[in-house]
Amino acid sequence: MNVEAIVAALGLEVKCGREGLGREVTGGYTGDLLSDVMGNSKEGYIWITRQVHQNIVAVASLKEHAGIILINACEPAAETLQKAEAEKIPVMVSDLPAFELSGRIYNLLTSQS
Amino acid sequence: MGEPKPNLYSESFPIEGGNFNSAGIVSTGIKSILKKLGIPGDIVRKAAIVSYEAEINVVSYAKKAVVNLTVVPGAVCIEVIDEGQGIPNIDLAMQEGYSTADQKIREMGFGAGMGLCNIRNYSDDFHIESEVGKGTHLKMTIQTP
Repeated sequence: MNVEAIVAALGLEVKCGREGLGREVTGGYTGDLLSDVMGNSKEGYIWITRQVHQNIVAVASLKEHAGIILINACEPAAETLQKAEAEKIPVMVSDLPAFELSGRIYNLLTSQS
Repeated sequence: MGEPKPNLYSESFPIEGGNFNSAGIVSTGIKSILKKLGIPGDIVRKAAIVSYEAEINVVSYAKKAVVNLTVVPGAVCIEVIDEGQGIPNIDLAMQEGYSTADQKIREMGFGAGMGLCNIRNYSDDFHIESEVGKGTHLKMTIQTP
């Protein structure tokens, strides 16, 4: 399943990085502690967080994440969008809280395999 | 004594303490260099993690630092030498969850006391030395095939 299919299934708002929407999603990780995400997420994962500042782009880029989804309709900072666009990393926003969003994405990713 | 190993690549990068806006630039640069050198992806990702965590520590706690990247046959070495407050108790600092980060750092999702643990866990060899009031010296080695 690629990022675009998750966007369509969950009605996510794509804020930037449309070029990366075709990327295959291999799993997901939910967290707001950057070292936790750095240490425990894997390449191809979708990262679910409520951090909106630009440092999340460096983490997603270094870990080669498929994209970042912000929860609870959080607005990304302008610098976050600029950097993510340059790195071709999709930044998306969901109205859902982290628990519910993670559950839905988990179901999407496991039901197709 | 063995023959000294030839350097395949070496470069130094400065890091400015306190500047969270540019945090990650050095580790992103290191990652891109290693990729271009044809280092395998899993090794590049380990190097990215350890250099990012070290970079965040400099930005969070030090005045400035220099990062030395050296690639030799069989290993990628990343050395981070900072000028800063230093670490009074390294054993304590190495404990997962121990942190002296202030509220501002924690609000950004840093300072969870996991950085040095990530560095140790993703390095094949890790050395740390520190002198209070002077600075901290980290040396990480990741083996390559």
